[in-house]
Amino acid sequence: MSGSDNFEAVVRERRTEAVAEFQQDRTLLHRFQHALHVTPALVPMIVLAASILLFGVVIGGRFFSASSLTLILQQVQIVGIVAAAQTLVILTAGIDLSVGAITVLSSVVMGQFAFRYGLPTEVAILAGLTLGLLLGAMNGWLVAVMKLPPFIVTLGTWQIILAANYLYSRNETIRAQEIAAEAPLLQFFGRTFRIGADEAGRGGATFTYGVIFMILLVLLLAYALRHTAWGRHVYAVGDDPEAAQLSGVNVRRTLISVYALSGLICAFAGWALIGRIGSVSPTSGAELNIQSITAVVIGGISLFGGRGSILGALCGALIVGVFSLGLRLMGADAQWTFLFIGVLIIVAVAVDQWIRKVAA
Amino acid sequence: MKILLAGTALSVLALAGAASAQESISACLITKTETNPFFVKMREGAEAKAAELGITLSSFAGTVDGDHESQVQAIETCIASGASGILIAASDTSAIVSSIQQARDAGLLVIALDTPLNPSDAADATFATDNFQAGLLIGQYAAAALGEEAADARIAMLNLGVNQPTVDVLRNQGFLTGFGIDVGDPNRWGDETDPRIVGQDVTAGNEEGGRTAMENILAANPDVNVVYTINEPSAAGAYEALRAVGRENEVLIVSVDGGCPGVQNVRDGVIAATSQQYPLQMAALGIEAIYQYAQDGTLPEPTEGKDFFDTGVALVAAEPVEGVESISVEEGLELCWG
Repeated sequence: MSGSDNFEAVVRERRTEAVAEFQQDRTLLHRFQHALHVTPALVPMIVLAASILLFGVVIGGRFFSASSLTLILQQVQIVGIVAAAQTLVILTAGIDLSVGAITVLSSVVMGQFAFRYGLPTEVAILAGLTLGLLLGAMNGWLVAVMKLPPFIVTLGTWQIILAANYLYSRNETIRAQEIAAEAPLLQFFGRTFRIGADEAGRGGATFTYGVIFMILLVLLLAYALRHTAWGRHVYAVGDDPEAAQLSGVNVRRTLISVYALSGLICAFAGWALIGRIGSVSPTSGAELNIQSITAVVIGGISLFGGRGSILGALCGALIVGVFSLGLRLMGADAQWTFLFIGVLIIVAVAVDQWIRKVAA
Repeated sequence: MKILLAGTALSVLALAGAASAQESISACLITKTETNPFFVKMREGAEAKAAELGITLSSFAGTVDGDHESQVQAIETCIASGASGILIAASDTSAIVSSIQQARDAGLLVIALDTPLNPSDAADATFATDNFQAGLLIGQYAAAALGEEAADARIAMLNLGVNQPTVDVLRNQGFLTGFGIDVGDPNRWGDETDPRIVGQDVTAGNEEGGRTAMENILAANPDVNVVYTINEPSAAGAYEALRAVGRENEVLIVSVDGGCPGVQNVRDGVIAATSQQYPLQMAALGIEAIYQYAQDGTLPEPTEGKDFFDTGVALVAAEPVEGVESISVEEGLELCWG
């Protein structure tokens, strides 16, 4: 481990030395542009820090408190988890419009298997997770083997899965009180622990298991994408599938694995959704596909594939959360939130294009 | 040759259609979706009444809420089939008007169910819940339940959407009127100046939206003690947010709809009171009106003092309060839908 660290350090040093003489006329802006190019999560991190600071200064203690800041984490947990799935697919230059539908159908299956068929909660949850994995694998098979465009494939499966969701659930809600009494494991991700709360259990930092799961998931995927062969293959396939194939990457298997993993993560998001809203509701999560793509784009991940960091997607989701809560605390009309998110998307893509020029 | 054959087949079909229309009365029911329990109940009511009166009923629905195109096709199909009347819960209340006009020109009776058209006189009649009354009842209930505390209540308003559809405005303004708060412009929510309203937010009418909206309002005003919600799923979400901060027993939640999970939530103390509406009744009365119209051309009359036919609303409360009429949870469960 230390050997490889040294090796990288040497490379880094050499690189700066080697290009130093060509860079004499380079401005600070160019260096900044270069830094952004090598660290794609930097832009969303800066925007996130700046927006927290901005709202903190404008609103003060009500926003800049442990309880409000951890509330943002709770509010973005579902979008954050789904955005992790979306990131994987978008890194392969694909897109997954079916993420929200898989999420909600998985949660419905978990609930109905436990309540309609009276299966043990563990079995019901396993069934929901398996379903998510299979639906994702089906997307992957259609994209990788049938060679259909990802947009079209997931546009189709989105409708199919959503219709199946309504037909199967009969649009019936399973209430939070019934779940708490009979199958509390379904609400596992809704359990919380607090740091620094007062005697009555108010204030302080509140973390749900769902938030912890989201953070661990993103860190795990960030490691896998950066340091495993599979992760490098994902980037390679997204950058140039033919070149990847020629260099010995099994493009087909990589794509199927990415879509299947995306489906599985969505199923976990479905489980977390039950914890978040307490009940199993087939009408939830309708906008998750758009929200996750928004988070990914604001997170600086290129829709053309092969570039971006999953940490960026998490930041993207958090930026949306910060703006939503911040603007509401300022008393602004909810419409302003959508307006600012729209602006952020355009800015994010513009910055992405600007950074790209460094590569050219 | 083929064309000729096809033409003959078509005219035979058309003749058959005309013949059967004369023999028996037929009617169409067009709902927003086939999945929402509200519309499922509506369809049950229409089917039962149609069977009773010997009417042939055809049901149509959009694939999702907001699917305007399917509803237009359904109207065209109904006109072509020679139906006597159409019951429609319109997805797009303005855009559907020209298709409705075609149907009325063809001599069909058109009744808007649940959702008034824009303009409301585009249909022959509207059979709907009085949403203002629904809001008024829970407003009066909340004020009576709080008693003297109502004078310094801290109210959170969880609405439907930023585009403020009619039902959203009517329920909100009804609640405020019932509570005794000046509503300002009755055609929009959010312009009130009463300091007792500590926050307004939108929920999209589902659990996740209800929870997030409640959290947002609590972050700014942790001492909220009354919560108005647009419907029962958003009320369930708001309850989760209150439970997360340990305040679920100190806050009074009121809602509108009367779905079975919602009434069960009244029983369990999640929701204090909810205004129940009756989709089954709407459709059954609608079919009766079409039957009348087909028999002797009588048009349905609106309820006195209103520009629509009020299909009724009742307050369901586990703990009745003085001065506000309500039905028990058991009665509510018998009449609930979904």
